Amino acid sequence: MTGDKMKEPLLSVRDLVVEFPTRHGTLRALDQVSFDIGPGEVLGMVGESGAGKSLTGAAIIGLLEPPGRIAGGEIRLRGARIDNLSYEQMRRIRGRRIGMVFQDPLTSLNPLYTVAQQLIQTIRTHMDVSEADARKRAVALLDRVGIPAAARRIDDYPHHFSGGMRQRVVIALALAAEPELVIADEPTTALDVSVQAQIIDVLKEICAERGASVMLITHDMGVIAETADRVAVLYAGRVAEIGPVRDVIQHARHPYTAGLMGAIPTLEQTSDRLVQIPGAMPRLNSIPTGCAFNPRCAHVFDHCYRERPVLRQAAPQHEVACWLTEEGGA
Amino acid sequence: MTDLQMTGPLVQVDGLTRRFDISKPWLNRVLEREGKQFLTANADVSFQINKGETFALVGESGSGKSTIAKMIVGLLAPSAGHIRFDGEEMDFASGADMRALRRRFQMIFQDPFASLNPRWRVRDIVAEPIVTFGLLKGPEITREVDRLLDVVGLSAADAAKFPHEFSGGQRQRIAIARALSSKPEFIVCDEPTSALDVSVQAQILNLMRDLQDEFGLTYLLISHDLSVVRHMANRIGVLYLGRLVEVADAKRLFVEPQHPYTRMLLDAVPDLALSGRRRKPVLGEIPNPIDPPSGCAFNPRCPLAQDICKAQTPMPRATPTGEAACHFAGQVGEMA
Repeated sequence: MTGDKMKEPLLSVRDLVVEFPTRHGTLRALDQVSFDIGPGEVLGMVGESGAGKSLTGAAIIGLLEPPGRIAGGEIRLRGARIDNLSYEQMRRIRGRRIGMVFQDPLTSLNPLYTVAQQLIQTIRTHMDVSEADARKRAVALLDRVGIPAAARRIDDYPHHFSGGMRQRVVIALALAAEPELVIADEPTTALDVSVQAQIIDVLKEICAERGASVMLITHDMGVIAETADRVAVLYAGRVAEIGPVRDVIQHARHPYTAGLMGAIPTLEQTSDRLVQIPGAMPRLNSIPTGCAFNPRCAHVFDHCYRERPVLRQAAPQHEVACWLTEEGGA
Repeated sequence: MTDLQMTGPLVQVDGLTRRFDISKPWLNRVLEREGKQFLTANADVSFQINKGETFALVGESGSGKSTIAKMIVGLLAPSAGHIRFDGEEMDFASGADMRALRRRFQMIFQDPFASLNPRWRVRDIVAEPIVTFGLLKGPEITREVDRLLDVVGLSAADAAKFPHEFSGGQRQRIAIARALSSKPEFIVCDEPTSALDVSVQAQILNLMRDLQDEFGLTYLLISHDLSVVRHMANRIGVLYLGRLVEVADAKRLFVEPQHPYTRMLLDAVPDLALSGRRRKPVLGEIPNPIDPPSGCAFNPRCPLAQDICKAQTPMPRATPTGEAACHFAGQVGEMA
């Protein structure tokens, strides 16, 4: 799905700015974030806590917690703007055209209703089908996401399911109305490794089958490596680097991405010490001028303090926001 | 230094078992005619940790990793089995002897937000073990705290601050400084980095290694992250449903796993190197520990399972890399 010129992107985010007005001034949590997701494409979004990954997802689906607000830029779904819709209009897109999978399957399911009730309600809210048909669809969905004896288990409550099974139910819920885009926010973080692989497989397969695009938000590069087509690396509310997964992982061009990759212990590595990026990500009220990464960067030079780098093409489809790229690469 | 220290076991765990009573209240049991119910968190776990090495325990949630850690540091009493520290039996009944031993081992917990008292200043947090064990007095304490903060990469000025003024990684550094303050030989690290971001995790793991070299520490590292464990450990124990299924040399465990569960765990690790290694999802999930499968607890998920696996609990047997508790240990190479 990474043809050289993507036709029309399914989702297009341009210069998105999200701000939080506080007593101590306005905090910019997302600063001119831009990216596209093509039809059927899986875009990974990585970054450390506080980089703005989840916030990007929340802004797209219109679930920013007040006082957070979109202060600039636009979000288009199939060319139509969705960032300025009314609550009612947005409600009809949510679930119907954009599905959402949250991190913790225990809190995203209502403990007081059976899985059947929740699925049938979701299906009937968005589609004009009878109760019996909705139930049939619901059973088929549960079966598809790999819940054994789906016809019987559908009448169980969420607490009857294990963590992995619950996350399968959540995926079924997100896909119930056949959305065009699924935003999966850390879908496997709460799960064990052995179950993680199962869930990622289910999510990937079922979205591919239905032609749904996926925005996969995670801090786990491993999950991105084997799931996503392209990846965007976020740092301090800005996109540091975006490109095809293989390129970004093997030839990281932004010093932050390179450091991040070296910091992850892998099963293949041989060195005794991990690459260490000194310091920590800046807080929102003290983002340095120029490049936000400049206090931690080993390759910093005077230009980095003066001016903020914008995303520029470094290789086909591979964009990097770093002054070094202009000077011939990191 | 390593030659001297790599002598003999520092910690010896023998047949360690812990059961939790999860019965309903007495009246309910009488009315509903139900017996007592027990959850076996650990069954018959034996291993030893040599001086100066890092021994890691890995396993999924509910496999009993943290229960073992708590028993070793004396936060939980074992239901059966023995723990020996430097040759001395840890007897939780005798206060004075225990206290003398207690100084020599410390623990670092997973969540640095929960393990530091928010109302205490960093100085008091780090100094607490020094004061409790009466190691130093007066101004020497302050000097020692400043030195410890410096050792873990913080500054002496941080001593007057409260925990909420620090990020997660810095808090974990404070927790490490506190653990070091009683000059322990052995530190139990229970998921020390799982609450941290990868770049911060790298800083903490590097720090832990440096400290080990500097002070000749012995670590018991508990983690669910196989790549962290591979990076840090000399030897690894794999837990499944409260039992140790395999113990092996760290580097060799990843190349030649002897137990089918270890093999499946390794296959489930995401492939970051993009080597084309397709990860195989593990079949099924961990069974309910209240009612574990008979025989080998792994048999419902095991591709090698035969009748004997349902009938008989396998005992640990020697393998080329260590030991494994499997009737078919050594045959995982033939697994498809």
